[in-house]
Amino acid sequence: MTGYLIKRILALIPVLLTVSVVVFMIIHFIPGDPAAAMLGSQATEEQLTQMREQMGLNKPLMVQFSIWILNLVQGDLGSSLVSDQSVLSLIANRLPVTLNLIIFAMSFSIIIAIPLGVAAAVKHNTSVDYVSMFIALIGISIPNFWAALLLIMVFALNLGMFPATGYIPLTKSIVLNLKHLALPAFSLGFIQAGIITRMTRSTMLDVLRQDYIRAVKAKGAATFTVVFWHALKNAMVPIITIIGINFGLLLGGTVVVESIFSINGIGQLMIQSVLNRDYPVIQGIILVIAAIYVFITLFVDILYTYFDPKIKFRKG
Amino acid sequence: MNYLGSNAIKNKKVYSNFFFGHFKNFTRRKQGLIGLMIITCILLIALFAPLIAPYDPVDDVSYSNLNAAPSSQYIFGTDEFGRDIFSRVIYGAQVSIQISFFTILISATFGVVMGLVSGYFGGFIDGLFMRLVDGLMSFPPLLFAIALMAALGTSTKNIILSLAIVYTPMFARLIRGCVLSIKEKEYIDSIKIMGGSKIRILFKHILPNCVSPLLIQMTTYFAYAILAEAALSFLGLGVPKPNPSWGNILYDGRQYMIDSPWITIFPGLAIGITVLGLNLLGDGLRDYLDPNLD
Repeated sequence: MTGYLIKRILALIPVLLTVSVVVFMIIHFIPGDPAAAMLGSQATEEQLTQMREQMGLNKPLMVQFSIWILNLVQGDLGSSLVSDQSVLSLIANRLPVTLNLIIFAMSFSIIIAIPLGVAAAVKHNTSVDYVSMFIALIGISIPNFWAALLLIMVFALNLGMFPATGYIPLTKSIVLNLKHLALPAFSLGFIQAGIITRMTRSTMLDVLRQDYIRAVKAKGAATFTVVFWHALKNAMVPIITIIGINFGLLLGGTVVVESIFSINGIGQLMIQSVLNRDYPVIQGIILVIAAIYVFITLFVDILYTYFDPKIKFRKG
Repeated sequence: MNYLGSNAIKNKKVYSNFFFGHFKNFTRRKQGLIGLMIITCILLIALFAPLIAPYDPVDDVSYSNLNAAPSSQYIFGTDEFGRDIFSRVIYGAQVSIQISFFTILISATFGVVMGLVSGYFGGFIDGLFMRLVDGLMSFPPLLFAIALMAALGTSTKNIILSLAIVYTPMFARLIRGCVLSIKEKEYIDSIKIMGGSKIRILFKHILPNCVSPLLIQMTTYFAYAILAEAALSFLGLGVPKPNPSWGNILYDGRQYMIDSPWITIFPGLAIGITVLGLNLLGDGLRDYLDPNLD
């Protein structure tokens, strides 16, 4: 197990290195002079020179990269061109809000999707199966921002059940927090719910056909035990993979949803920085998010070994 | 479930014409057929937009009909400039489908080449490509596309370019996996012994076996591209105004949600139906081409 863990962690190094190269290269994708792009068309030659100096753009590419990586290793992501605040503190302020939203959305989708998928598999080729699959298909086909707009229209503007915008921290009031996040989390989560339902159904169908399930049934175990204890545990590996991958989708989808519901999370910060051409912040955000995503993948891999002990012997 | 994996094989009939046979067998299953019908309709609408749309999507402004509700004159209503939403949605199909089509074409082409080279030759080049793929796939797709758009600037060409950069690694990984599984098969060895060149083996004997998963993935990613383009345009980072794309129209409708909900409802519906069609088509293709996947 320790050997496997060390191997997995070492494998992260090249990935994180590639991620940082890509993030570094982003400002060099800007057509023409990056300094001019950051300052806009009214910038004077003096300001341009100063900006190139500040961003180190006048140095050779390799030198720029070495400086950037050295700063990165020390946790220095630069500072915002607009507010002069450090990028890391900007992100750290916003991250809890986004994580709050994402975790809520994810839990909501898991709570809906796994029972729905299990039901569809157990009642294979019945109306239960067809209805759940239809719901799941609608779930993966509707764009989340459209769903968000419709939800605001119906539940906030017409029925007044939930607030249309804003965010109350969990530490202030749990009830208000949930109330404010209900619509955003639903619009963010239902696509995941659709994907997880489909995955749960297809892996459960596979597992339920296996011989050991017949043996458990023959032993006289209750259907509930067979399905939720013996079958679901073995179906969990692919389901967890898909949940892990979807974390990345949620981190992307949150940009749109936060902008609709005016939630001051990472997504809003991203949009503001893009509109202000605040490149250090943009770089910082995608770097941090990619790093989070990479570590979630690692965590998922470790979870596997709990659900499927064969894996650690095979790989480790 | 028989030994071969599915009922699909059992039910296949043999037809003398190759394409007609495939078409007939594919459309025997309902979901694939419905998906194919939806997508054909959308493609026809996009193709014949100038004939279908009653107004020009950009120039026909009517100041006496600002934010007008759906009526016999404007069946989907009008927007803030009195432009016909129906015409804008119809032309929007053109814009959205073009962008997604080229995105998928470019990312599949580069992905296939990278995957083939990586999987077949292995070694250093494989290591290099796969590190790159791993790195690129660590970014959430939409977020990465937004960052690329921020650097490249908003234009239709740049949406295609950024989405292609985001999706290429996913195609590369798919094809590489497929090549790895096929290149170990005995028949590839026997072709090698018979003196088949590397290029011949790669394109004549390995690639055709990867077409099924590729087709399935292209359909799924076409749907993703439609959604991503709409999201980018919705955030104001996509198709430049006043050109209609489904995301653009949604973006315009956002501030009039209370009084003129039709501006938001119809373009969203168009996106939903198109993506639904693509998902059904993808599921149908998967059932038909790859019965072992369930």
